[in-house]
Amino acid sequence: MAEIFTDTLWPWVLFIWPWIKIPVLIIVIIVPVLLSVAYLTYWERKIIGWMQYRKGPNVVGWLGLMQPFADGLKLFLKETIIPSGANPIIFLLSPMITFVLALIAWAVIPFDEGWVLADINVGILYLFAISSLGVYGVVMAGWASNSKYAFLGALRSAAQMVSYEVSMGFVIVTVLFLVGSLNLSDIVRAQSGGFWNWHMFGILAPMGVVFFVSTLAETNRSPFDLPEAEAELVAGYFVEYSSFPFAMFFLGEYANMILMAGMTSILFLGGWQAPIPALDVIPGIIWFGLKVAFVLFFFLWVRATFPRYRYDQLMRLGWKVFLPLSLAWVVLVAGIVEFTGA
Amino acid sequence: MILQTLAFYLFACIAVASGVMVIAARNPVHSVLFLILAFFNSAGLFVLMGAEFLAMLLVVVYVGAVAVLFLFVVMMLDIDFIRLREGFMRYLPVGAMIGLVLLAELAVVIGGYFMAPEFGGPDGAMPGPTVGAITNTEAIGRLIYTDYVYIFQAAGLVLLVAMVGAIVLTARRRTGVKRQRAADQNARRPEDSVEIVKIPTGSGV
Repeated sequence: MAEIFTDTLWPWVLFIWPWIKIPVLIIVIIVPVLLSVAYLTYWERKIIGWMQYRKGPNVVGWLGLMQPFADGLKLFLKETIIPSGANPIIFLLSPMITFVLALIAWAVIPFDEGWVLADINVGILYLFAISSLGVYGVVMAGWASNSKYAFLGALRSAAQMVSYEVSMGFVIVTVLFLVGSLNLSDIVRAQSGGFWNWHMFGILAPMGVVFFVSTLAETNRSPFDLPEAEAELVAGYFVEYSSFPFAMFFLGEYANMILMAGMTSILFLGGWQAPIPALDVIPGIIWFGLKVAFVLFFFLWVRATFPRYRYDQLMRLGWKVFLPLSLAWVVLVAGIVEFTGA
Repeated sequence: MILQTLAFYLFACIAVASGVMVIAARNPVHSVLFLILAFFNSAGLFVLMGAEFLAMLLVVVYVGAVAVLFLFVVMMLDIDFIRLREGFMRYLPVGAMIGLVLLAELAVVIGGYFMAPEFGGPDGAMPGPTVGAITNTEAIGRLIYTDYVYIFQAAGLVLLVAMVGAIVLTARRRTGVKRQRAADQNARRPEDSVEIVKIPTGSGV
């Protein structure tokens, strides 16, 4: 039996490996991401439940662990409703755009030293570009639904995401000044040697905070979830969606949250690096996963804690607080790099 | 190599087709969406040429910011399609003339490059990027911050003037609007605004 495998099957595997290598790697990345999305929804309900003296989901499966799959199955079995006044092509295209954009960004994320699908030179710009495209799914959904609530949600989201992208861009520039490369693996390597070398614990600490708050706005999360503010807009841009298109929005949004948490860990928390060099024996991917989970916990914590911003307050924070602060920090960090040659 | 050629033709065909659809589509929102598709495919062409920095900038600036605002405005406008069609023949000569001028300029630039390639490049009369081990991000950065720094700053000034102009045109001081002053709110202390009054039992305030 073993001979059959080594003699006949193995050469074939070796022969077709170059063709199937990329698809296999994509599946190896996508499947854990989607599983994390499923369990992020579980943990969101669990953690917010604990913070509010509730139990959270605990009925489906052991400790409620099968809850995400029950929800997914339920959504899958519902009827897909396309409103009669809607533009059907764009209506169905926008959840796909949201979902696909949330997944293709993972191509450049380094999970460990050398564990990256596409180690491109402009990795951080690629991430920035993909995250700035996320607004299209929202805007197109709002317009194609032909509903005033959806449209208002889409307009809010467009203004919000464009505003916060500006300061996010400047924050990324400050990191690039210190690293000197746009490659994500280089950014992580520049923070090696212990947690005191991470960008979060240096001159860039305020920028880390600005970046995290901007990612909340960029992913339309609470306290900046005005595009889907249920109090005044029913559910915002996806009010007309049901069944699987709705599930795709949902998955895309949560995958984007995980992606933003990954981006924060890479830029400011040292990516796959262990906090102290002695802990290097633990594989980098575990550290990366822990850091992403840590940032995601902040996402959930903020949602359980803060009330929603009013729209003018949101714009004030973006344009009058974050933008001048990040711009000043760009000048400061550029000056430091220029005069110390660091 | 064959894969790159195929990718080139794919991107180029989609870019041209969506460019045609931008002006052919009946719905202005569809036009903007086709414009975005055209931007995307041009970014793909940049990647094929090895200019990944320009490709990403095209996506970040044009798709991620400019086209979003464009879409934003087009979606909110109530456009009368029939009147738009009526104006088509009237504007055709002007449009054709602008198109011809752009075509001629493109021909001059490309023709100049083919007839006298030594004009550009590292040793040419005009400083060009140095080809070598550095990434194209670094090459562009070195070029615009050294040889072309004044032109670069002038472009920045033009954009600044446009920005100031847009603000001057739209900003108007409205009276009677209640504004939130966060600094004033934060400066308020409980002792300034709240008074604790001890009321003896049985008497009013």
